Amino acid sequence: MTKTFAYYPGCSLESTAREFELSVQAVCRALGIELKEVPDWNCCGASSGHSVNYELSLALPGRNLAIAEQTGMELAVSCPACFLRFKRTDYDLKHDPALKEEIERVIGMPYEGKHATRHIMEIIYREVGLEELKKRVTRPLKDVKVVSYYGCLLVRPPRVTGFGEHENPVMMDEMMDALGAQSCDWSGKIDCCGGSLALTRTDIVLKLVGDLMEEAKKAGAEAVICACPLCQANLDTRQSSRETLPILYFSEMIGLSIGLDPMPWFKKHMVNPVPLLKRKGLI
Amino acid sequence: MTEYTFKGQTDKGDEAFAREIREITRSRLDCCYQCFTCTAGCPVVFAMDYPPHQIIRMVQMGLKKRVLESKTIWVCATCETCATRCPNEVEIVRVMDALREMALKEKVKIPEPSVPAMHKIFLSLIKEMGRVHEISLLILLKLKTREFLKDMVLGMKMFKKGKLKIIPHRIKGLKEVKKIYDAVEGKR
Repeated sequence: MTKTFAYYPGCSLESTAREFELSVQAVCRALGIELKEVPDWNCCGASSGHSVNYELSLALPGRNLAIAEQTGMELAVSCPACFLRFKRTDYDLKHDPALKEEIERVIGMPYEGKHATRHIMEIIYREVGLEELKKRVTRPLKDVKVVSYYGCLLVRPPRVTGFGEHENPVMMDEMMDALGAQSCDWSGKIDCCGGSLALTRTDIVLKLVGDLMEEAKKAGAEAVICACPLCQANLDTRQSSRETLPILYFSEMIGLSIGLDPMPWFKKHMVNPVPLLKRKGLI
Repeated sequence: MTEYTFKGQTDKGDEAFAREIREITRSRLDCCYQCFTCTAGCPVVFAMDYPPHQIIRMVQMGLKKRVLESKTIWVCATCETCATRCPNEVEIVRVMDALREMALKEKVKIPEPSVPAMHKIFLSLIKEMGRVHEISLLILLKLKTREFLKDMVLGMKMFKKGKLKIIPHRIKGLKEVKKIYDAVEGKR
């Protein structure tokens, strides 16, 4: 049975996180989730919006939410930054009628918040489910040791994201186990990678990435699985150690295990995942 | 005006500043009882001049100049770890956001100029095209910070892998986005 969602890709998935977009599209198609792109969407403002302009940080996502609402469908999002901006806008407007009126005036459209914004990971977890996912695996992941890296924006603040279990989420871990991988418990699950400071205070990101990679290796990980374009970019491009681990999107792992062709995605990575997966006999 | 001596410096407390931040953010910052939980969990506290709990305390005291001129508000990664763990549910990130916005509005001296520079470029690209064209962001940031050689090799590698979209996309509804900017900026 096909479930249909309005879909917001976001700016990163059109360029630096291209493999995330390609794998999400391919996996959703294969699993019976139909994604209809929000027509003529604009950038949500990401971190820069709320960092320097509160009102703009609500109006930019607001325009997208209002357009998506007209489709009558729930809104699916792949990028956690965009996801959080939509959840925050919906939350703040619902808790402040005067603010809602103001933002509606600024965007020139009404917004009632009738349909939820949901992250692709949660959609696959709930709409497809672990049992169905297990059935679809044709290439079990041969116990490759992975750590699941959720990052910040998918889980915090918990009353806005509705993610639940924000100090020790297990959604991605359970999905990876269902695909045949071996999830390792580690302390860096929800630690910050430094986000957009990668461009302006690269030294901070180098330290945070270094700490994360050390924790991942301590846990015995052979790869880090993530859900965010900026986390993936930071981990993929800023590892200082010569022993680098590949950093893969959860959607790439799903795609690989259910028999889709992952090579167009893998060749976009800076740390090549192919040698590890070849060693494991997965490709 | 009460005088406060904090970290070897004496400043007059600015009651109007404290009140303004309270009203803009509605963040419960007066509930802060300095338990240090926010500071204990902050991933970037090592790069700050004042840890998060001290920023909240200084806002309560009205130490406007010190707060607005701090490095802290710019290296804050807005990861929400602090606000999530605060036992009094103080919206610390919202306070940081408001302090940044005020620092820019009042044109104070910013100790980490590349951070707001990046945010400004990011938002101007949305105004120009509706979406953020990453190559434009990188080029404009380099021109602003004059760090031309930084990450050159990385940039080339990403370009070769087709990770940087060459042609920017202008959305059809650009007028609507411009209207949003005009409506928001018109109030400043």
